[in-house]
Amino acid sequence: MKKNICKPLSAFGVHCMLGGYTLLALFPIVLILMNAFKTKAAIFDNPLAFPTAETFFLGGFEKVIAKSHFMLYFGNSLTVTLASLALILLFGAMAAWALSEYKFRGNRILAIYMMIGIMVPIRLGTVSILELIVQLNLINTLTALVLVYTAQGLPLAVMILSEFIAQIPKELKEAARCDGVGEFKIFFQVILPLIRPAVATVAVFTMIPVWNDLWFPLILAPGEETQTVTLGVQQFIGQYVTDWNSVLAALSLAVIPVLILYSIFSRQLIRGLTSGAVK
Amino acid sequence: MRTLSTRHLLLATLLAAGTAQAGTVNIESWRVDDKALWEEVLIPAFQKKNPGIQVKFTPTAPTEYDSSLTARLTGGTAGDLITCRPFDKSLDLFKKGQLEKLDGKAGMENFPASAKVAWQTDDGKTAYCMPMASVIHGYFYNKKIFKELNLQVPKTQAEFFAAMEKIKAAGKTPIALGTADQWESNQTVLTNVGANSWKGEDGRKALIAGKAKFTDPQFVAAWEQLSKMGPLMGKGASAQTYADSQNLFAMGKAGVYPAGSWDIAYFNKEGMDFGAFPPPVAKAGDQCYISDHTDIGMGVNPKAKNKADAYKFLAWLGSQEFADLYTNKVTGFFSLSNHLISVQDPVAKQMLDWRKTCKSTIRLNAQIMNRGTPAMENELWNVSSQVLNGKMAPKEAAVQIQSGFAKWYAPQQK
Amino acid sequence: MKRWHIVLFLAPAVLIYSVFSALPLLDTLRLGFYTTNDAGVAHFSGFSNYFTILTDPAWSSAFWNAMGNNFKFFLIHLLIQNPIGLILATFLSLKGLKFARQYRTFIFLPTLLSVVIIGFIWQLILSPLWGVSESILNAVGLGAYFQPWLGEEGSALITLALISVWQFVGIPMMLIYAALLAVPEDIVEAAYVEGASAWRIFWEIKLPLILPTLGLVTILTYVGNFNAFDLIYSVKGAIAGPNYSTDILGTLFYRTFFGYQSQIGSPTMGAAVATLMFLVILCGVGAYFYFVQRKLTRYEL
Repeated sequence: MKKNICKPLSAFGVHCMLGGYTLLALFPIVLILMNAFKTKAAIFDNPLAFPTAETFFLGGFEKVIAKSHFMLYFGNSLTVTLASLALILLFGAMAAWALSEYKFRGNRILAIYMMIGIMVPIRLGTVSILELIVQLNLINTLTALVLVYTAQGLPLAVMILSEFIAQIPKELKEAARCDGVGEFKIFFQVILPLIRPAVATVAVFTMIPVWNDLWFPLILAPGEETQTVTLGVQQFIGQYVTDWNSVLAALSLAVIPVLILYSIFSRQLIRGLTSGAVK
Repeated sequence: MRTLSTRHLLLATLLAAGTAQAGTVNIESWRVDDKALWEEVLIPAFQKKNPGIQVKFTPTAPTEYDSSLTARLTGGTAGDLITCRPFDKSLDLFKKGQLEKLDGKAGMENFPASAKVAWQTDDGKTAYCMPMASVIHGYFYNKKIFKELNLQVPKTQAEFFAAMEKIKAAGKTPIALGTADQWESNQTVLTNVGANSWKGEDGRKALIAGKAKFTDPQFVAAWEQLSKMGPLMGKGASAQTYADSQNLFAMGKAGVYPAGSWDIAYFNKEGMDFGAFPPPVAKAGDQCYISDHTDIGMGVNPKAKNKADAYKFLAWLGSQEFADLYTNKVTGFFSLSNHLISVQDPVAKQMLDWRKTCKSTIRLNAQIMNRGTPAMENELWNVSSQVLNGKMAPKEAAVQIQSGFAKWYAPQQK
Repeated sequence: MKRWHIVLFLAPAVLIYSVFSALPLLDTLRLGFYTTNDAGVAHFSGFSNYFTILTDPAWSSAFWNAMGNNFKFFLIHLLIQNPIGLILATFLSLKGLKFARQYRTFIFLPTLLSVVIIGFIWQLILSPLWGVSESILNAVGLGAYFQPWLGEEGSALITLALISVWQFVGIPMMLIYAALLAVPEDIVEAAYVEGASAWRIFWEIKLPLILPTLGLVTILTYVGNFNAFDLIYSVKGAIAGPNYSTDILGTLFYRTFFGYQSQIGSPTMGAAVATLMFLVILCGVGAYFYFVQRKLTRYEL
């Protein structure tokens, strides 16, 4: 079945384009990584050269590690992202199931109500959110971030998952109901496994903004113990902005964990994105 | 074994309770650069006098300071002590009830009226922040380049521009300055070099009284200096950040650097050999003026969890010891108190000595003029950057600022 | 059938969403109808904030400038990011293409990095001081064309938009790629057997079939761009220079709401700006669903 549609010449062109774009995508990251391991003089004199024995220098990293708590920031980011993701997926799938499966009064209005959250940036409500978090005594906690990110991610999750659940053949559910299986069992044992690809899509889409957010950590959890990677890096750079060794090292330290995680999970991640094609 | 661990537990609980009782005084600030100095020098010095009080310095980057502080004050999570920007910004906080009255508090008696002006109500009756330090503006110059090219420290603007041309001819960047971050265009350039044109306080007060306009020659002349400086900035200056300018000067690639005195610490750390000179005057023999700006104060959060200790810290901020430490360790910030202090850093001392010959003034727009919409500070950043970039004529800049000012300020509407 | 399980299914999502998103947003909308005095006490003032923003020259010029810039920002994404995404996806979906997985993985990589970090990296690359981009241009003989793009009024916004395109091109690429994979093979196969060229197959079979996805990509781009803030804030600051040429609604909102430097923040005016942003997004999304989505659905049938 596998037939090569592209002829040799055009295949070459395609590889040129894709390869060229890949270089463009990777170049800035590689540039930062390789300069992070160089002396300041080498950074400025020859930014495009790889570090050599003479120019190799780890001072930037030493400073970043000594002056900031990188592992802590990283752990915080990971905790917040994973916890938000779990809540978004579970609660989102449950709500999506209820909205697409059951007919009840207010169903459509509730769906539209949830949809609005996709359009409006939650950031517009920052001051009210802050006041609320203070009242709940959750300021400077990771819980506050998890709650806000869950609220932020739910609408898109509900929308995408509803579309998928709607496509599940009726017979499957009816068969289960005829056997007297309860609604919860149907959801957890029949539906959830079926929508796994969609869940992966949602996971990708909700994970990226949560991991990278600067705003809410700054407002809700700026304390040293709760700083996320993005905030930690931003603050560190603000402090050492003229010290290029440290800046490049901090940028690298923010990028490297993502690279590692991505290289481990990229296949699942991209499969999730593509199999969960949004119709 | 068992009793031991119980005792340990009890002890731990007691200790925890103890720290909870003493609490921690949290200090809000935008001085991220000084974090190490606070932690290693200032706070330990305070604790020597006041054992048992925990103090934590928690700065936010200057660009985020005001917005995140507002959010934390509104939410009730701000620190006990709040570093105050001068004039209107802090006045606004006070009016909203987010700073305590400080009249008669211990330490306040050590400051002259001229220092307190930046942090009191318009009628001068109520103070809400303790003055901490001022900064002085001028030029730094690279001694090596000046020596190589046989240049004298310029006194007049004509000498200044002649020297810059020589540096340019020698293939170096004359002025280490960029406009990507914009704030330098106003804070270290316009209000620095312009003070001589508008005659310092005279010009500033005339604007407030409605007796002068930005379109008057003495103000346009300031922007004219900027438009002459523009071509002397380095290549790509429009995308050059503040940090880039610092790097450029520190690497010895530029002749002069329009500076705030706080920059001294950085260039010292980089091991540079540099000197300072005040902004050049128009004609030889003219009275010189310097921008000597009350920049940092400290106030108390009314919702402070640890008010008693916060006031103890504040009292210490008014002491001789603090004035000495702050001036000499946080180089480039000059204590505003009445205490006599000897400045050790040569460049800092040089700048401080300008006060003897030149008249001091604060930044042009700091008082009252920043209150309206459009916000004059932001407007000044914008037009001054454009004048430096050669995108706007000095006259146009003056017209734009004046029309924005007259829009909301009654004395300018006549 | 008992109904309580519906409530149980819905409750967690609706509760969290309402408490931490919908109600705070509503509160913001409400705040837009108030003004505050010096002491920070709010009182109801009807539409006066909106009136000020839209009619007072100082406010309206800033607002329309931000709006215009935002449209440019969006158009650059629409006209550059999405077509590039489409081209890359089309190539990637070619059968038997070697290294397809590697290409996909690498091109998607920048999307995962923080905007703050991306902004900083590109600022360094384009910095005239460091000279990386200049020496690259020199190497290919284009050195004379180097400009401090981020600092020039005419090019700063375009440069920022292109940085954003560079970062986020992976999202349209993946969505379109997925849609292309879903095109039924037998149709393509049949057309191929009938002698249709790859070019015609793309234009006449694949493209019409993925139109709904292209529509979705468009609307996601629209919503994303009119909410944009981080990149411009981290590169140019809240004052979005030079001469406000990179000011978009997000940065205008931030300045108005929280204040910036000596500009004193006004939550009420900020809330009004936020409401206007909301309306802009709502209009766009509404128009999309009304005109485009309906047509597309018909097309599909």
